[in-house]
Amino acid sequence: MIQKNFELTKITPINSSITKLAFHAPEIANSVLPGQFINIKVDETTVPLLRRPFSVYYVQENSVEIVFGVMGMGTKKLTLKKIGDMLDVLGPLGKPFNVSDNEELSILVGGGLGTASLPLLQKHLIQKGKKVVTFLGARTKEYLLSSYLTDVRTATDDGSSGYHGTVIELLKHFLFENKKKNCKIYACGPTPMLVTLTNVTEEYNIRCEISLETAMACGFGICQGCAVELKNKEVGFALSCKDGPVFKSNEIIL
Amino acid sequence: MVKTSFKIGNVEFKNRVFVASGTFGYGDEARELFDATKIGGIFTKSLTLKPRKGNPPPRIVETASGLINSIGLANIGVEKFISEKLPLLKQSEVVIIANIAGGTIDEYCKVLEKLESANGITAYEINISCPNVKEGGLNFGTDLKATAEITKIVRRLTSKPIILKLTPNVTRVSEFAKVAESEGADAVSLINTLVGMAVNVKTRKPKISTVTGGLSGPAIKPVALAKVYEVVNAVKIPVFGIGGIANTNDALEFLIVGAKAVQIGTANFINPNISVSIANGIEKFCLDNGIADVGMIVGTLDTTGNESVLKSWL
Repeated sequence: MIQKNFELTKITPINSSITKLAFHAPEIANSVLPGQFINIKVDETTVPLLRRPFSVYYVQENSVEIVFGVMGMGTKKLTLKKIGDMLDVLGPLGKPFNVSDNEELSILVGGGLGTASLPLLQKHLIQKGKKVVTFLGARTKEYLLSSYLTDVRTATDDGSSGYHGTVIELLKHFLFENKKKNCKIYACGPTPMLVTLTNVTEEYNIRCEISLETAMACGFGICQGCAVELKNKEVGFALSCKDGPVFKSNEIIL
Repeated sequence: MVKTSFKIGNVEFKNRVFVASGTFGYGDEARELFDATKIGGIFTKSLTLKPRKGNPPPRIVETASGLINSIGLANIGVEKFISEKLPLLKQSEVVIIANIAGGTIDEYCKVLEKLESANGITAYEINISCPNVKEGGLNFGTDLKATAEITKIVRRLTSKPIILKLTPNVTRVSEFAKVAESEGADAVSLINTLVGMAVNVKTRKPKISTVTGGLSGPAIKPVALAKVYEVVNAVKIPVFGIGGIANTNDALEFLIVGAKAVQIGTANFINPNISVSIANGIEKFCLDNGIADVGMIVGTLDTTGNESVLKSWL
């Protein structure tokens, strides 16, 4: 974990509401693991007060990329940045996906901006020699973030790309048809999607890790604000920033 | 060379900047970024007799220049703190002030006694002011008799400094400071968070699980300064100023008003090294202004005449 100012090197509008930023940060690019995140202070003012967490989308040549949609003041202010501006970044933070399991097939599932943690994950899985297939869901084809991903199957709410319906429905078709015995799912997306996915993985008895999006103040465990309810009542809560953001889907209550 | 040290009771602290309870875990979470030996000390998370899981999510929400939290005193319990955290902290020579909370006076006493027998604690801060727990907490801090009783009893249990942490959620906080002073407290710290709330207008639901929570951050600094000003004019014991301190200038304001030292809270979440920066910043301010001892700043508020705010306002 480091805290440092890094220079913004590239701004790429993906569509009218999603932006990709790249900044030169060798220290993070060379150490971040898939599923980890960074916390950015968008400017010096107190509105917004807190840092904003972003999954690391991809790393290449000492550069770190994030993608985000304009959700509130923090992300709005980030879209106003210019190349050459410095970004106050804390990271890498959180526990990554566990890519050391011995699955026959790795299935990546992303919903909307939840796709942001998948390209780096796929890179690591492929480097480990694993077979990977990716399922992406979004409202329309404009919101599908398929850069850097290979073997992608898509689902859109309006049918503008791929399957007309939800990504979990598409996944269910795949699981039913393929009946893979030894596969593992890695997912990130909106909570309702993750709830449905958890039910499906229980039905098919598939291991599943999910990355959660939660509001957090510090990002490294000192504020205890990002509590996640655990099925283990003895323990009670885990912290999304420190114990996650990646959890086994059967360990938490969404 | 500027003198930065100061004493509370018989304990001398390196400088006047501390991290506030509940805003820096147990002091070991940010070791990579933060050298806690460079500040006066760390006020630990509130320690209770038994571990507490804390409140259900959502526990935090950001407001204008502020943060509302409802953590609910989540902590590992005093015994685990002693066995797992304290040995490492002792090795690193970090000055530890244990913050103690409880549902009953007996619980406060038991926690203090366990810490006292463990060694390695420099002083105790008695939290009678957390707004986010159902039992104890705020009730002690809003009842003068209970404040007196708890101070009197914990005072007898240790020769180390006792600091009472006061709530701003009363009409006259100075009355509580006076009671603490008269019952033997060595210092008071204020303010704890203000009771606040935030609502989602679409769903008409409160934004945190307990409906109301504790407001902190720059939004509360003016209130905190006024409360510290009220208390330093009412008691002789040292006051720790807390509330929205985010930079050196903020800390200096509290010292000028009369706080002997400051505690940094919410700003730690944004910059884990902020307390070291502020400690260095205070020293630099003194060097730049020919001040030999940081103590010479304390209580130097000049209330005569009027300050022109026009330039900074524009």
